[in-house]
Amino acid sequence: MSVSVRIPTILRTYTSGSSEVKAEGATLREVIASLESSYAGIAARILDESGKLRRFVNVYVGDEDVRFVEGLDTATAEGAQVSIIPAVAGG
Amino acid sequence: MAIAPAASLGPATALTCRECGESYDLGPRYACEQCFGPLEISYDFAGITRADIEAGPNNIWRYKGLLPVPSNVESTPNTEPGWTRLVRADQLASALGIQRLWVKDDSGNPTHSFKDRVVAVALAAARELGFKVLAAPSTGNLANAVAAAAARAGIRSAVFVPSDLESQKIMATAVYGGTLVTVDGNYDDVNRLASEIAGEEEDWAFVNVNVRPYYAEGSKTLGYEIAEQLGWRLPDQIVVPVASGSQLTKIDKAFQEFIKLGLVEDKPYKVFGAQATGCSPVSAAFKAGHDVVRPVKPDTIAKSLAIGNPADGPYVLDAVRRTGGAVEDVTDAEVVAGIQLLAQTEGIFGETAGGVTVGVLRKLVESGQLDPAAETVIINSGDGLKTLDAVAAVARPSANIAASYDAFRKAGLA
Repeated sequence: MSVSVRIPTILRTYTSGSSEVKAEGATLREVIASLESSYAGIAARILDESGKLRRFVNVYVGDEDVRFVEGLDTATAEGAQVSIIPAVAGG
Repeated sequence: MAIAPAASLGPATALTCRECGESYDLGPRYACEQCFGPLEISYDFAGITRADIEAGPNNIWRYKGLLPVPSNVESTPNTEPGWTRLVRADQLASALGIQRLWVKDDSGNPTHSFKDRVVAVALAAARELGFKVLAAPSTGNLANAVAAAAARAGIRSAVFVPSDLESQKIMATAVYGGTLVTVDGNYDDVNRLASEIAGEEEDWAFVNVNVRPYYAEGSKTLGYEIAEQLGWRLPDQIVVPVASGSQLTKIDKAFQEFIKLGLVEDKPYKVFGAQATGCSPVSAAFKAGHDVVRPVKPDTIAKSLAIGNPADGPYVLDAVRRTGGAVEDVTDAEVVAGIQLLAQTEGIFGETAGGVTVGVLRKLVESGQLDPAAETVIINSGDGLKTLDAVAAVARPSANIAASYDAFRKAGLA
C-alpha cells in the first residue's frame, strides 16, 4: 500500500525539508519502517526505546487518532493520509 | 522565521525539554526535536523582592521579572490583564461545611476569563520573536482573548473554534474583527488543524501551539496573585479546573518559584484538579493509578474544559500526586448546581468551568479528600455570561405580572 505521510516541522531535517512524503505499508507499523528505510533515524524520533509511540506524538490515519483504534497496528489503506503531529498543543 | 537577533525576553534564558532535558535557544519552538516532549522556559531570576513586585502596576506586569517577556513589556499596547479579586467566600464555605474559603475570580479580566493572562504573555513573546499574526485553536475563551489582544495591538488575528460553540463566545470573538473560522469538528479536531497550519504558516503565532512555552507561563500569574493577595503566603489547598492541564501545573510552578525565591514561607499545600465527567480523561487516569492519560471524545456542557487529549495531563497527575491532592469529576447536572450555588452564595456568576470547580469542591469535601478545616482557594476561570445556555432552564423569572400593585399582591411576591 502506498500512503502519504505529513511530516511535522521538527522532523523535516530528516526529509530534506519535505512536509509530505510517500511511504509503503499495510499498517502504521510498516509505514514507519518504510519511512526509516528512506530517512534513517526518523523512526527513533516517533517511537520510544520499546518500540511504542512516544507519549507526546499524535499520529492520525485519515481523521482517526490511532490511539482510538489499533495503535501501530492500525490499517493503512492504499492512498491513506498519515499525519504525524506534536501532541503538545492546545488549552 | 526571521527571529530578531538575541531575542530579549527578560529573565528567560533557554527552552528545555521537560521529558529528556535537551536544551534549545529561545525561539519559535514548542516540541523537542529528540522526543516530541514539551519545551519549558528556563530562567535566570535576578533577586526579586516583595517590594519590587508591590511597586509594579495592578496587572500581571508586576511579575514581569518572572515571565518570558521584554523588560519594557508594559509600554506596548496590551490588555493589561490580571490582579483580579480574591473573594473571601464565607457563605459558600458555610454551605459546604468549609472553614475558610476564597474564590479567585478571574472573570474580572478584560475579556472575562483567565485567558487574557496567557495571551498577553504570548503576544509579548510573539512580537519579540518576529511573528505577524496572532492565532489560536480555541474552545471560546481563548478566541475572545486573542481577538481582543490583537485588536488592541493593531495586528491580525486568526482563531479557529468548533462550530457547535456557545453563540455568546462566537459573537464575543467576531466583534473584535480579525479572522474567525468555525470548524466542523470538536476541539481536538480544531487543535490538530491548528498544529498543521502552524507547521506551514511561518508568520503565524498560534499562542497555544508554536508559542505555547511562553503562553503557558502566563498562568503562573494566577498563583503569584493568590499568594500575594493572601498576604504573601500559600493556601493549604487549591482546586483548579483542568482542560489541557496547563493552568494547574503553572499555578503549582508559581508556588514553587515563590518558595525558592524566598517570597513566601515554604509549607505543604495540596493541588486538586476538577473535570466534567463527560470529559474526564485526567480524573480517570488519576483514579486508575495511571501515569499516562488515555484520550476521550468529550460530551459535556463544560465546553471550555472539553479537551479530550490534554497536553499536560501527565504533569497534572505528577503535581496532584506529589502534593497529596486528587483529581475528581462531576456530572453536567452537578455543574449547573455548582454555577447556581456560587451565584446564590457569593454573587459570582461563573461559567461552566466555575460550576465544575464548585461541584468538585463539594464532592471532595463530601468524600473526605479535602480537609474542610484547611484554608482553601478555588479558581473561577470565566464569566457565566458566556455560557448562558447552561443555566437557561433553571435561571428563570419568579413571576410575570401585570403592571399593577394588585397583580403584585395577588402573585404573593411580598
